[in-house]
Amino acid sequence: MRLVRLLPLLPYLWLGAFFLLPFIITLKISFSAAATAQPPYLPVLDWSAGPVGWAYFLEALDFANYETLAGDSLYRDAALSSLALAAAATLILVLIGLPIAHAMARAPGRWQPALVALVIVPFWTSFLIRIYAWIAILKPEGLLSGALMQLGLIASPLEIMNTQTAVLIGLTYAYLPFMVLPLYAVLNRLDPRLREAAADLGASPARVFWTVTLPLARPGLAAGALLCFIPMVGEFIIPDLLGGSDTLMLGRVLWSEFFSNRDWPLASAVAILLIVLVVGPVVLFREAEARREEAGK
Amino acid sequence: MSLFSRAALGLGLLFLYAPIAALVVYSFNASALVTVWGGFSLKWYGILFQDGPLLAAALISLRVALASALIATLLGTLAALALGRSGRFLGRLLFTGLVYAPMVMPEVVTGLSLLLLFVGLGLDRGVGTIVIAHATLATGFVAVVVLARLRVLDQSLEEAAADLGAGPFRVLATVTLPLLAPAIAAGFLLAFTLSLDDLVVASFVSGPGATTLPMRLYSQVRLGVNPEINAASTLIVALVTVIALSASWLMARHQYR
Repeated sequence: MRLVRLLPLLPYLWLGAFFLLPFIITLKISFSAAATAQPPYLPVLDWSAGPVGWAYFLEALDFANYETLAGDSLYRDAALSSLALAAAATLILVLIGLPIAHAMARAPGRWQPALVALVIVPFWTSFLIRIYAWIAILKPEGLLSGALMQLGLIASPLEIMNTQTAVLIGLTYAYLPFMVLPLYAVLNRLDPRLREAAADLGASPARVFWTVTLPLARPGLAAGALLCFIPMVGEFIIPDLLGGSDTLMLGRVLWSEFFSNRDWPLASAVAILLIVLVVGPVVLFREAEARREEAGK
Repeated sequence: MSLFSRAALGLGLLFLYAPIAALVVYSFNASALVTVWGGFSLKWYGILFQDGPLLAAALISLRVALASALIATLLGTLAALALGRSGRFLGRLLFTGLVYAPMVMPEVVTGLSLLLLFVGLGLDRGVGTIVIAHATLATGFVAVVVLARLRVLDQSLEEAAADLGAGPFRVLATVTLPLLAPAIAAGFLLAFTLSLDDLVVASFVSGPGATTLPMRLYSQVRLGVNPEINAASTLIVALVTVIALSASWLMARHQYR
């Protein structure tokens, strides 16, 4: 059995070195000040100096980046609009994803693998390309605007591109498979006899859905919401390509602090803020789920 | 199926595929205006194959994808075996977190922190650092795919082999791994496409001379819609669709046996 015990070692070391350690370094650098040097931040932890280096490092820790984040309305607005846009998109995804997943689970069994493949293929297809495709659709002289004007539904070109509406459409589009697949996985496994029993007892289809299907689909709903919400809060490509200069989101702020302003410590502080904002809901959610399970027992 | 269900499915699939279809259709457009149809033409594909920097970027992306997918497949398979077969081990909770967290972590955070690590280590940034970053990103996805198969695998087969005197290594090599092979192959394909697709993490950890295809496409997309990008996108979509369908086939074939 010794070999079996050694299995985790390699991935453990790799993920520790290239996933966990980088976060510790990011946390450390978020307490540094920007400097025009290479690397462009101070203080630098000097391992060779031993305890003296540690003492110097601790003494020079700098909270200015977090003060900037708290004090400058740019970062507050970016944080709030990231959360608001991600929450709104998650809600829209639930409303769109539920009927789709429900229909997939009710489709004839021999169609289901094909339907699942149809939902998965766009998820494999380049994210950048799928968002790029929406530029041609949403811009004022684009396909959607042109089609609506041909139909006489609108008189002047649509002004959606470079607004938060465009970002919401992009988020919904890009993350739809992440919502549909977990929902389908749960709905597919539901025992059809439960629905039949409810129907036999006189419940209307809508009532069966609300009182039987939906409560049993909760785990899938929760998994889908988390899979979508977390990456959406830190999304960069969608607000950058569809949101124009009006849309502030944290992922984009971090990007420009790093690439345009070359302020690595401030970018690190934004990264830490993102982790806190994202980890917060996850922990709360797990707590709530654990309590619910406890109560159910 | 009710009318409502049919409508939900139809509209959902239309929403997922219409933008990609529009992109593909307009890559064959003779007009330079992306939204005006000027007749069928392959000229943008001709221009695409003359575009040296874009082709060079595509070659770099393929190399990075191959190398990082191989590493991620090894690490992800080991991680899945650890989670599915090793029972309790020291730090299992942390290990589980490390395997799953990179999948949901915002890419800007992963990219920035990996860059800070590479700078701290004094590593030269380039193709090598992108490979490390992509392998780290994809490991969790491979683990999920392999673990899903491992969970439904009949464990009595492994027990039978062990009862007949095979050591743990022999059981792994002659029973478990062959049974997992389709899932491992599907995991490899997923890791490959994830690497081919990544813009954000590569932008952070790349160095001079290592421009991947998404980085090149992004710098052109920022300048506006351009039919040559549509042509490039169409080829990528075609390639990725073939890979995705092979992967679903690999996974489905085993379910129905």
